[in-house]
Amino acid sequence: MTAADASPPERGAAVPPLAPAPAPTPGPAAVATAGTGVGVDVDAVPLRHPGRWAAGVVILVLAAMGVHSLVTNPNFQWGTVGDYLFAEPVLRGMWATVYLTVIAMAIGIVGGIGLAILRMSPNPVVAGAAWLYIWFFRGTPLLVQILFWSFIGALYPRLSLGIPFGPSFVSGDANHIVPLFAAAVLGLGLNEAAYMAEIVRAGINGVDAGQTEAASALGMPRALTLRRIVLPQAMRTIIPPTGNETISMLKTTSLVSVISYNELLNATRLIYARNFQTVPLLIVAALWYLALTSVLTAGQHQLERRFARGILPRVGERR
Amino acid sequence: MSADLAAGAVPMVRAERVRKSFGQHVALREVSLTVAPGEVTCLIGPSGSGKTTFLRCINHLERISGGRLEVDGELVGYREHRGRIRELRPRDIARKRREIGMVFQRFNLFPHLTALENIIEAPVRVRAERRSAATQRGRALLARVGLADRADAYPAELSGGQQQRVAIARALAMRPKLMLFDEPTSALDPELVGEVLEIMRQLAAEGMTMLVVTHELGFAREAADTVVFMDAGTVVEVGPPATLLTAPAHERTRAFLSKVL
Repeated sequence: MTAADASPPERGAAVPPLAPAPAPTPGPAAVATAGTGVGVDVDAVPLRHPGRWAAGVVILVLAAMGVHSLVTNPNFQWGTVGDYLFAEPVLRGMWATVYLTVIAMAIGIVGGIGLAILRMSPNPVVAGAAWLYIWFFRGTPLLVQILFWSFIGALYPRLSLGIPFGPSFVSGDANHIVPLFAAAVLGLGLNEAAYMAEIVRAGINGVDAGQTEAASALGMPRALTLRRIVLPQAMRTIIPPTGNETISMLKTTSLVSVISYNELLNATRLIYARNFQTVPLLIVAALWYLALTSVLTAGQHQLERRFARGILPRVGERR
Repeated sequence: MSADLAAGAVPMVRAERVRKSFGQHVALREVSLTVAPGEVTCLIGPSGSGKTTFLRCINHLERISGGRLEVDGELVGYREHRGRIRELRPRDIARKRREIGMVFQRFNLFPHLTALENIIEAPVRVRAERRSAATQRGRALLARVGLADRADAYPAELSGGQQQRVAIARALAMRPKLMLFDEPTSALDPELVGEVLEIMRQLAAEGMTMLVVTHELGFAREAADTVVFMDAGTVVEVGPPATLLTAPAHERTRAFLSKVL
């Protein structure tokens, strides 16, 4: 009988459940032992840590200085910050930022999975095309890509759908087909797809080849194996970097203010362009970005736990 | 090569001068072997002798480089059409693999699925069995390998021996006509080997056709109808366990047995 037989290990436990390993922190039993005097307490002079105390004092002093200046420096204008924090245009900008983040990340994730699969295709033309896409979108600045999308009308004044080199069925004004919001979302999403592709590919490659073999031996087709066996396991390694990408994306959406898309930063910029309260309004933007990234961080933690199911240290197996 | 193979009966496995090379390295040179339905065959030999490669060729996890390989009278991975041999589509290869169960040295259970989910995944997804029926059968299979109470455990919560028993149940869930075992006990702690061999013995007694790569000569002696000794990519000697394991005809077989016994 192994430890696993005797008592199922706690799911998600950080410590391998190999039976009599000592608990990292003394449990109730250990405390009780000490209290009843069964063990002998060692009567020794504890080691001093003057370095820790010094570092603590330095940091506390610096923190006090920071807080002091935040409170006493009138230029922060906390009153103005309070006035605008929940102002209607700011809230509208904040929600625009949330929408942009969600849609751009959706495009990024779906596109990234697609690109990663194409990149691993046995067809060299398909794999090469995916490589080229990633090369281009990672190799040029996002700001340039966003500007390109917003000026697509200058490059291709008319867009049409039809047979290549043949007749077209529908066509229209590019600026009409690709409005500001689409330019912002395409710029952010298509760029993100290139980065997500690499994350997904690393995740898929990280799944043990034995998993694919076992699925093949059961007669599962390639696509089913990918969807049911490989991707769910790859998710565990894909999610943490994807969470980082999402948090990064939330802040990167501020770049689309250059094409005057009215997200959070642009909303505050429009206000301080009128009333010249630059610093308080930038603080308003920063506070909202902080609040939103905090929410995302909590969500990321929940997702990681969800996809860690069944992944525990192995028991009773020789490596 | 079964002596009692009835004339005219279709062998379960028929290998004819099968060759396999990985680049410059030749893993199999002209392996010929026949396994009759219901026969239990053990492949033994030193590591690198090609036993595992040969086993993997049988369900086309490896593509053979030459020769001819048939399972139940049909070519593996190919079909014959107007005298030419043509490659099968992946979907047809997958369909044929459903009739061949495989048990791996490292179990290869799906870690994100419970024991029961591991077993019913393929029946539900590729055989389109109803979930309720598959679940019922999955529980019966778990009971058969002595793990009725571990249906909801994840692989990581099971011992190696239990994982390998689940892996056997998972392969059986597809109702295979042939079972391949690739060193099924080599990754197990010594005290867990017995429980897996016991399941395999039962399976053999029920008449399952089995091809077992193993280092467990005790198992080969008791359960096998035929023992095949391979070395350096060739079949050196084939015979019933009583003969091959006690009075081998070839010097290489004798040398190998003297080292492992």
